[in-house]
Amino acid sequence: MKAAALAAPYTHLLRRRGSALKAEELDASHGTILYLEDITVSFDGFKALNALTLYVDVGELRCIIGPNGAGKTTMMDVITGKTRPDAGSAWFGLTIDLLTLSEPEIAQAGIGRKFQRPTVFPNHSVFENLELAMAGDKSPWRILMARLSPAQREEIERTLELVGLKDCRDLPAGSLSHGQKQWLEIGMLLMQRPQLLLVDEPVAGMTPQETERTAELLLSLAGERSVVVVEHDMDFVRSIARTVTVLHEGSVLAEGSIDQVQNDPRVVEVYLGE
Amino acid sequence: MAAMAKSGPVAVLAGDLGGRLFYAVLLAAAVLVPLLNLAVPEGSLLHLSGFSVTLIGKYMTYALLAIAVDLIWGYCGILSLGHAAFFALGGYAMGMYLMRQIGSRGVYGDPLLPDFMVFLNWKALPWYWHGFESFPFAMLMVVLAPGLLAFAFGWFAFRSRVTGVYLSIITQALTYALLLAFFRNEMGFGGNNGLTDFKDLLGADLHRPAVRIALFLASAVALGLGYAACRLIAASRFGRVVQAIRDAESRTRFIGYRVESYKLWLFAFSAVLAGIAGALYVPQVGIINPSEFSPINSIEVVIWVAVGGRNTLYGAALGAVLVNFAKSWFTAALPEVWLYALGALFVLVTIFLPQGIVGFVRQRLGGKS
Repeated sequence: MKAAALAAPYTHLLRRRGSALKAEELDASHGTILYLEDITVSFDGFKALNALTLYVDVGELRCIIGPNGAGKTTMMDVITGKTRPDAGSAWFGLTIDLLTLSEPEIAQAGIGRKFQRPTVFPNHSVFENLELAMAGDKSPWRILMARLSPAQREEIERTLELVGLKDCRDLPAGSLSHGQKQWLEIGMLLMQRPQLLLVDEPVAGMTPQETERTAELLLSLAGERSVVVVEHDMDFVRSIARTVTVLHEGSVLAEGSIDQVQNDPRVVEVYLGE
Repeated sequence: MAAMAKSGPVAVLAGDLGGRLFYAVLLAAAVLVPLLNLAVPEGSLLHLSGFSVTLIGKYMTYALLAIAVDLIWGYCGILSLGHAAFFALGGYAMGMYLMRQIGSRGVYGDPLLPDFMVFLNWKALPWYWHGFESFPFAMLMVVLAPGLLAFAFGWFAFRSRVTGVYLSIITQALTYALLLAFFRNEMGFGGNNGLTDFKDLLGADLHRPAVRIALFLASAVALGLGYAACRLIAASRFGRVVQAIRDAESRTRFIGYRVESYKLWLFAFSAVLAGIAGALYVPQVGIINPSEFSPINSIEVVIWVAVGGRNTLYGAALGAVLVNFAKSWFTAALPEVWLYALGALFVLVTIFLPQGIVGFVRQRLGGKS
């Protein structure tokens, strides 16, 4: 491995405290916010991603579907810095090379991720969960002295309203229902003011009403930001998607509107063969 | 955590019932102990002996050590089984100052060298003993020696993302390594016997009752300030981040916090508190030797915190005092039983009082205080 690659996880240590985590500004002037090109990831010879190429436009709501093991979660892991690919490139806008940044740096650069299993902070109140997720300088010394400004307080209140948790603001997040936890997580994502939201199976385990509410929420989020949703529930995908990407064995099998994709014989074969 | 609507340090400290009780007891002790020792004549039933004053002062330094451990274990989930090492380092820094204070009054009467060095036929003071004749320098070392060691240790451990039981094991290794090192005469810290025969502190005779009381009061003040510092940290947004790390570490990392730095600063701060506790402990007990580094000592501290109730700070202080009171009684009455009693206590608390005494009382009161 190259020395630079070995040193990559430690480069932030060399930077000064004040400037830490100030990644370069996002430049999405060409209308594309995420460029994944020829990404390959293999685990012990098994190729989880195989020369995957995918572009996401600014303000787009993109759904990614695919059978189990198609590489959906691995793709999210590559974008958020959890997994480093063996080959390929990943750029956030024109200037930010995701493969050189650590997980917190990528989060600070403007990519937020919602996990499959809701992971809120169970012992913190709903309000505190949002406060923790709030964008801003997150170095220990700043945070030690940090006080909520009226504007920040208002931003939290607005987010509480948006995700429908205003009445639960002081409850411990651990006491929320499954659906409410999912929304809280989306709220936490929004507090980071991300330009790109990665949402992993948002409606798994939700009641039909909760699913419907989630679809509305995600639709209202796209436009201002780009949203990438990984989901199995085809009805849900149909209700929100404009463009659908089908992954299979680590690369893109088909891409297009939901009707195009559902009538694609290769897609039908993959799904029926499962 | 709910008290966050209010702001300001005073509001935070007055916000928790347990904290108010803690300060009430501390204040009562700080007033009553000197009174009963100095003002009440020796024959009286109410008289408190000098031995008891020192014993209570010692418990207070233990309570401060327990609070330091609760800060990292209860709030951040870092189970350090090596905190007695930082306590002992602070103690050694204080001990070195006290040794230099002896001057030519040692058994061998050497104006510069402590007795053990004369005994080892050393001709000159080792370089790292210079400066310790100065009280401010020694106090600086009380803070720096444990603080820097904790920082260096934490730097490697936390950056490598060593967590959980693995971290606990290497903290045990750390304190054990120091135990072995300080046992060696060549290290120049008095070897097996450690540092003792202290005469005076800042020119005042350590055996005078007033000095004993002064050391007791200094311990009480340190405990009060240490509690306040930990409570303020816990109630700040830093404290909420730290508790988020405890509950969901990788999640905290994903929302943009540099988890390693948070752990590192908290760990180093906790080690400094432990060092201060050790520095106050040594002049009261009159000796510091390598046995303070024994792995069992650090484990005992964790038991104090577990018994009192972690994640409360005052519970840790309560546990430290109660367990040590029991230890004082047991080691006088049934010395061979103590370690079994301690082990049984830990098992029983883990099974029946998972939240410690404080958690049990809270449950009984039916609300949260």
